[in-house]
Amino acid sequence: MSAVMITRKVRKWEKLPGKNTFCCDGRVMMARQKGVFYLTLFLIVGTCALFFAFECPYLAVHLSPAIPVFAVLLFLFVIAMLLRTSFSDPGVLPRALPEEAMFIEMEIEAANGNVPTGQRAPPRIRNVQINNQIVKLKYCYTCKIFRPPRASHCSICDNCVDRFDHHCPWVGNCVGKRNYRYFYLFTLSLSMLTIYIFTFDIVHMVMREFLLFLIRRDTQFTVLEVLVCFFTLWSVVGLTGFHTYLISLNQTTNEDIKGSWSGKNRVQNPYSHKNIIKNCCEVLCGPTYPSVLSVVIAASAPFQNVVLRLQKTTAPLIPNEHTPDDAKPSIAASAEKSPSPREEHPPAPKVPPLASPETDVEDKTH
Amino acid sequence: MATEFHNLQELRHSASLETKVFIQRDYTEGTVCRFQTKFPSELDNRIERTLLEETVKTLNSYYVEAEKIGGQSYLEGCLACATAYIIFLCMETRYEKVLRKISGYIQEQNEKIYAPRGLLLTDPIERGMRVVSFTVLSVQLEISIFEDQGSGTSSPSSSSMSSTGSAR
Repeated sequence: MSAVMITRKVRKWEKLPGKNTFCCDGRVMMARQKGVFYLTLFLIVGTCALFFAFECPYLAVHLSPAIPVFAVLLFLFVIAMLLRTSFSDPGVLPRALPEEAMFIEMEIEAANGNVPTGQRAPPRIRNVQINNQIVKLKYCYTCKIFRPPRASHCSICDNCVDRFDHHCPWVGNCVGKRNYRYFYLFTLSLSMLTIYIFTFDIVHMVMREFLLFLIRRDTQFTVLEVLVCFFTLWSVVGLTGFHTYLISLNQTTNEDIKGSWSGKNRVQNPYSHKNIIKNCCEVLCGPTYPSVLSVVIAASAPFQNVVLRLQKTTAPLIPNEHTPDDAKPSIAASAEKSPSPREEHPPAPKVPPLASPETDVEDKTH
Repeated sequence: MATEFHNLQELRHSASLETKVFIQRDYTEGTVCRFQTKFPSELDNRIERTLLEETVKTLNSYYVEAEKIGGQSYLEGCLACATAYIIFLCMETRYEKVLRKISGYIQEQNEKIYAPRGLLLTDPIERGMRVVSFTVLSVQLEISIFEDQGSGTSSPSSSSMSSTGSAR
């Protein structure tokens, strides 16, 4: 009897359940609905293209050539931040493997004891003390883990995300621990770009006799730019201001909306350093966390194959007499071939999906 | 819920749960990566307490080093921001450097300490930085297949595995 070796390098994201799309060999990770992201890209690129085409020639000649140069740099920075936010892993927590899930189940069972039939099981919560405050860790029924503090489950992407801020459709991705600073820099630089274009559009109009502007055909694009910038300004600048406020308090949008740390009787924010500068430094200049999804694992299933064959064998064996000799060398051979420790999956039947006593859906839209 | 527990009981017999021991995260100091140094009772007769605590403490110190917010992390952050984070395509971040050190350390620990005792330590990053998992290995693979061919009645054949993996 021989064991069939199937070795293939499988990236973790190929096995990842959840509603994300991947491309470029797993380097790009986005949510499924990308329509609004394309709109964002179109608006930014389109407005800037009009600015470079119609405003910059005049301003470069009559005012300064530095104006278009700075605009180009700012534009490139905005696009880089947008793409970085949209394409990077926000800090997705991979779902628990079967053994880990069962281990947690056993712990919960042991903690709850015997629940009489007909009665609702107590909610699955773990209390942790952080900085002298009691923080409740909730159990995620989809991912089968107790969520770390500040993590939350995004129902749109169907993943638990660490330090979950919100799901932003404009960016086409969740905003979490790994890409929050890029998101903030995107909104900040976009505010600057919008104000910049708006200001120089107005300057251009003033310099070229404003009253005729609205009638002349070649200046209609300027009017269009002004309109786009005007409406963008309110939302983007407002958003930047809001996130600056959150960063200074070391809070996430999710916590702010749920009111986790507000109110007299509630727990105070245990993550805040009570110092604005320290909070800003932690969020913006903190370490760049690695993506746990990009850890490559080599999945091989020789062990499963061997087990299947043995199960199908009908040769009569006296129970417990001796181990089948032909099974031993094949298992040893397959174990030898694997260069590094493998994740062995015993052929356990599928864990039945556990019904959640309470719905645990968090739907945070931007 | 009752039926699901019943299934879990069955699973416990067929799957080898006792072969994996998990050390969970310690959140008492916030969201920094830290693992509990509490000794799991399942490993009582397998390894000395001090050795395991030493390993976990060293891992914790590595993670503290990786996540330290100080001069070097500010410099790295500002430089990266100034280049619109393109520099990360060429340069390895400090966290990645420490992760490489950690995987080297875990490999060394496995070779020196854990493999001779029939244990296998898994790098936490392979588990989403949630747990430090120990796989209990055993040399012999016991597979018993029962099939009753002698009697007229047909009885269901059951195969059970009592341990997984093999130590080298």
